[in-house]
Amino acid sequence: MDKLLRILSENSNYTIAQLSMMLGEPEEAIEARIKEYENNGVICGYQAVINWEAVPDAGVMAIIELKVAPQMQKGFDDIAEKIMQYDEVECVYLMAGAYDLLLIVKGRTIQDVSSFVAKRLAAMHGILSTATHFMLKRYKEDSVPLIDTKKDGREMIV
Amino acid sequence: MNYSEKLTPSIQSVKPSGIRRFFDIVNEMDHVISLSVGEPDFQTPWHVREAGIESLEQGKTWYTPNRGFKELCGEIVKFYKRKYNLTYDPATECLVTVGGSEAIDNAIRCMVSGGDEVLIPQPSFVCYEPLTIMAGATPVLIQTKAENAFRLTPEQLEEKITDKTKLLILPYPNNPTGGIMEREDLEAIAEVVKKHDLMVLSDEIYSELTYEGKRHVSIASIDGMWERTVVINGFSKAYAMTGWRLGYALAPKEICAMMVKLHQFCIMSAPTTAQYAAIEALKNGDDDIEMMKGEYDMRRRFVVGSLNKMGLTCFNPEGAFYCFPCIKSTGLSSDEFCTRLLQSKHVALVPGTAFGECGEGYVRLSYCYSIKHLRQAMKLIKEFLKELQDE
Repeated sequence: MDKLLRILSENSNYTIAQLSMMLGEPEEAIEARIKEYENNGVICGYQAVINWEAVPDAGVMAIIELKVAPQMQKGFDDIAEKIMQYDEVECVYLMAGAYDLLLIVKGRTIQDVSSFVAKRLAAMHGILSTATHFMLKRYKEDSVPLIDTKKDGREMIV
Repeated sequence: MNYSEKLTPSIQSVKPSGIRRFFDIVNEMDHVISLSVGEPDFQTPWHVREAGIESLEQGKTWYTPNRGFKELCGEIVKFYKRKYNLTYDPATECLVTVGGSEAIDNAIRCMVSGGDEVLIPQPSFVCYEPLTIMAGATPVLIQTKAENAFRLTPEQLEEKITDKTKLLILPYPNNPTGGIMEREDLEAIAEVVKKHDLMVLSDEIYSELTYEGKRHVSIASIDGMWERTVVINGFSKAYAMTGWRLGYALAPKEICAMMVKLHQFCIMSAPTTAQYAAIEALKNGDDDIEMMKGEYDMRRRFVVGSLNKMGLTCFNPEGAFYCFPCIKSTGLSSDEFCTRLLQSKHVALVPGTAFGECGEGYVRLSYCYSIKHLRQAMKLIKEFLKELQDE
């Protein structure tokens, strides 16, 4: 795998000059590769990783497992594409295993999320069952630790 | 009481470490961004730690054989064959020590005494000179130069040899410069060493950390050098195991037997738990080394590139995990540079002079830190240089 992608997935905030030094490649080559990744959809966007727990009134987060009746020809795509339209839904994944779709849903309160599940999701044609798990605490997100990790335990000068 | 009468002249004549003095200032300050640490920021790989823990759980807490576990010596010898194509007998030519440091002290004490001269290329790690003095021998310093990529040249070596010269210390890959010695360099040195019938202590503790496709070459693998070389290595740098305190020496059996004798009287045996962990490291740790080396390499390019861009010319280090930029353009001495950088930006580097007088005009910067940490440090050093210019 291209090391550039790994670096950007951890922190997209480096300048081209810095990336060029880190990878030992000319700036033009790095720039061209990033453009290419953006054009062919490998890089879909750049976001800050925010620790929402540190933000007052940031709301609640739930993981929802859905069992779905697949449709002729379309399989799970049709219903997944419908579900992803809701603003409450942050992520949608098709899974192998005990359920079919996994959603990450965000709401202002637990009631908001519950009501979204009951009134929107569960009521949707083709949804067989839902299981909602509310998130209590985040430790790590997108490879970034969100809690105070251990300090550098080394002596300052050795 | 007059303690100076009670203490030996040799220990009293040893200068305190230049790193230490700086350490005291740093310890007084809050929020210091240190680039001064000479050890990996990685933790010892989990499978290695687990092997140590498992041995403790099983209550394996006794002394080991003086020279180290047979299995460990076997793995060390296999490692040196696999990596550097050197052959040693695990039963008679390998000694497991308390870090590479013990092996250095032990080897020096076994090979030199009063009246002998020991050649020490500098800048280099701080221990060779004091240990030579403590062995009663005389350190003779050789100043390597940036224009020679801090390599030891046969001319410089020849120039310092007298009829008292007995031992050459070869500290490559080098702390603090990051310099390495390639096969041709070693061949030239070997000629001089053989001509004058010298011994070599090859401190190869950074042997696994070389970059730009250059593989470490041990001088012991050069024709006619195996029999006159004590190779020293350890687990600290390659496997991020500094605190386990485990190193080793590989030497012809006649030398090794004497080293085992000294080791058995002053140490007994190297730490048992660490030896169990080290067996696992040697058996299954090659991928860990590659992973860490890849990270160091990225940081190395980042730091060297950043320093050169801000006008601190930096010799391209091809080994270890340090770079050694030249700060002469600032008009400050190494000590002033580091002190002022620490006071105004809270960034701690080590003055080059801590590694020998010829380190004047240079500073050592360790890149055993996350890119995030290094990026912040580079920004502050750049600001500092700008402020110096505006003065």
